[in-house]
Amino acid sequence: MKRVIIALGLAATLGLLSTAASAQMLKTVKDRGTLTCGVSQGLPGFSSPDDKGAWTGLDVDLCRAMAAAIFNDASKVKYVPLTANARFTALQSGEIDVLSRNTTWTSSRDTSLGFNFAAVTYYDGQGFMVKKSLKVNSALELNGASICTQSGTTTEANAADYFRANNMKFEVVKFETADEAIKAYDTGRCDGFTSDVSQLYAMRLKLTAMNDHVVLPEVISKEPLGPAVRQGDDQWFDIVKWVHFAMINAEELGVSSKSVDEAMKSPQPEIKRLLGLEGAYGEQLGLTKDWVVRIVKLVGNYGEIFEKNVGSGSKLGIARGLNRLWTKGGIQYAPPIR
Amino acid sequence: MSDTAPRAPKRPRVDPLYDPRVRAAVYQVLLLLLLLWLGYQVAVNVRANLVAQNIATGFGFFGITAGFGINQSLIPYQEADTYGRAFVVGLLNTLLVSAIGIVFATILGFIIGIARLSPNWLVARIAGGYVELIRNLPLLFQIMFWYVAVLSPLPAVRQSIGIGFQPLVQRLADGLAWLNFDLAKAAAGLVQRFAVWIGPPEVFLNNRGLIVPEPYFHSGAGIVCAALLAGIVATIAMRIWARRRLDATGQTFPVFWASIGLVVGLPLAALVVLGFPVGLVQPELRGFNFVGGIRLIPEFVALVLALTTYTAAFIAEVVRAGILSVSRGQTEAAAALGLPRKRVLNLVVVPQAMRVITPPLTNQYLNLTKNSTLAAAIGYPDLFSVFAGSTLNITGQAIEIIAITMAVYLTISLVTSLLMGWYNARIQLAERA
Repeated sequence: MKRVIIALGLAATLGLLSTAASAQMLKTVKDRGTLTCGVSQGLPGFSSPDDKGAWTGLDVDLCRAMAAAIFNDASKVKYVPLTANARFTALQSGEIDVLSRNTTWTSSRDTSLGFNFAAVTYYDGQGFMVKKSLKVNSALELNGASICTQSGTTTEANAADYFRANNMKFEVVKFETADEAIKAYDTGRCDGFTSDVSQLYAMRLKLTAMNDHVVLPEVISKEPLGPAVRQGDDQWFDIVKWVHFAMINAEELGVSSKSVDEAMKSPQPEIKRLLGLEGAYGEQLGLTKDWVVRIVKLVGNYGEIFEKNVGSGSKLGIARGLNRLWTKGGIQYAPPIR
Repeated sequence: MSDTAPRAPKRPRVDPLYDPRVRAAVYQVLLLLLLLWLGYQVAVNVRANLVAQNIATGFGFFGITAGFGINQSLIPYQEADTYGRAFVVGLLNTLLVSAIGIVFATILGFIIGIARLSPNWLVARIAGGYVELIRNLPLLFQIMFWYVAVLSPLPAVRQSIGIGFQPLVQRLADGLAWLNFDLAKAAAGLVQRFAVWIGPPEVFLNNRGLIVPEPYFHSGAGIVCAALLAGIVATIAMRIWARRRLDATGQTFPVFWASIGLVVGLPLAALVVLGFPVGLVQPELRGFNFVGGIRLIPEFVALVLALTTYTAAFIAEVVRAGILSVSRGQTEAAAALGLPRKRVLNLVVVPQAMRVITPPLTNQYLNLTKNSTLAAAIGYPDLFSVFAGSTLNITGQAIEIIAITMAVYLTISLVTSLLMGWYNARIQLAERA
């Protein structure tokens, strides 16, 4: 029902206002005093509330880093949990300032939805999870299987493509939320569950006997996940993009939340530029000189938030793989700050 | 104009500026124009703003390949079909679940409504308890109950429960063998052989749904269908004839039993004569799932069960109110004429009760149809899930899709109201005549 309300809200905002509120997002956010951030309804590692009700995760940390850069306070974020179906309308209608909800960057979303994807915060791909007892070793053995998934995702279409390309039949059972889908899989409604591989590991934690399930080796698609904003406000778009790049650059230069005070004394010109000791790069973005110091101090660099949320420091224990820095064999790469 | 006699008054000539009728008409036209202008402005604004925000608009997406699967479809559908076809699939699924829900809810509702008025203390209390329990629990909760608590714990595909004659016979054989004395053992052997001779069961129940045999039609099936059609036509003709005879002579005719004979007997005779050109394909376990046979997915079963039982509770109250609205004098008068109790109900009480029942019954039908959108929670692919869910999300055209979805539900509701209004008008007339 929320979808209908948001869609009606969208119709109302677009219909009754003669000019849509564009540009000035930064000023609006500053005046309001909080950043409104669209997140998932609970995906461990990416965005989910912890036992005290505080939101944590990789996607959440991007929002916290933005709040740190803008307000020097990472907690000034209002989180709006959204289903996969409701997320785009929520961003279009202006209910949220930025969508940071494990969303795949695709051409049609970038163009026909009126969005701009700012960066890729996590390089992912789609896979399948099945029960070990089925003795299936490859996704190619899934002919005739029932597969549970969440509706309104790229996952849905990718699975259809994969089965079609390999001349296999399958039954798709779609649910409004990921929780309903994983529950149906857990009770045996489906032989398999499909989603982005990172999500498979995250959702596996919610199963009654997580060790009875195995993620199949095939990765059937490219899923670059990243934050999106509305088109028409380039300054805001730049801020989201560079907050991510700042975290990557910080990791590359070895500046972490622990070493940032030490790094302030560094003679290296690159670090001086990063931390705002030389140049006026923060002001050019509409932020302050010490924006990167705030981000790294209050949230951390990319490597830190990765390991804390989804990597070795978390229950998920996902290897960094493609998300390693380009200097270490991965594809996470950021343009320089200068 | 001092004359106050009640003659047809001649309206005085008034300046149109002060004529209340002219004024009223002018105000209404002005309001209508204002509303139209407002609507037009909204539409123009929406369009301009969507273009300004670079959001795609228009209805061109209907012709684009959908690329997602749907697990229940009444017409052939593949991932490579268009959004337009996916829309039709979703619409048919909504209509299917609504239609089946309405039929079963009506039957169950009438039974419970009548049972609640039963002079039998236990029957009346059970019906009352049912109504109070069901209508005071949220529908979404009931849907989840059927889906998660009742249907999900069913065994997996390979341990499917067979339903039918054979499993019963098999149980009997097992039971006899368990008794473990000579006579029972001998009997068990015989029964066991009988079970094997019958063959495997035809209906299976598991957590993937209910699998029933699929009908096949060989040449000659047309004649069987024709026989069925002839049986139906003959039944209608017979009813009219029986009615006329009743009006003319007052003699009744066993219409019900004769109807059964015609509708069932004729096609059955054709089947036997033609050597069974119509039959059933046995479902068979192959790979992950059953092959052959029709599978009712558990989402469908859960939704139908929940909608039926929930709406039936409301219909039961409507029926009870309708029956109680018929004054006791009517029943007593009919009894005084010597009509048996069954005829009193059929000829006197029900026709009058239907006048009271029909309008609120229409409301319940509309509610049931609209409530079917809760399907999204358990993954039944109805219009709301397929079109306002998957399609909206992939195309991103929220305004168009929500508008179409609203128009569809509005149309379904209006058509239902229209049909029920027509039926209501008919029974009203019949009652006065």
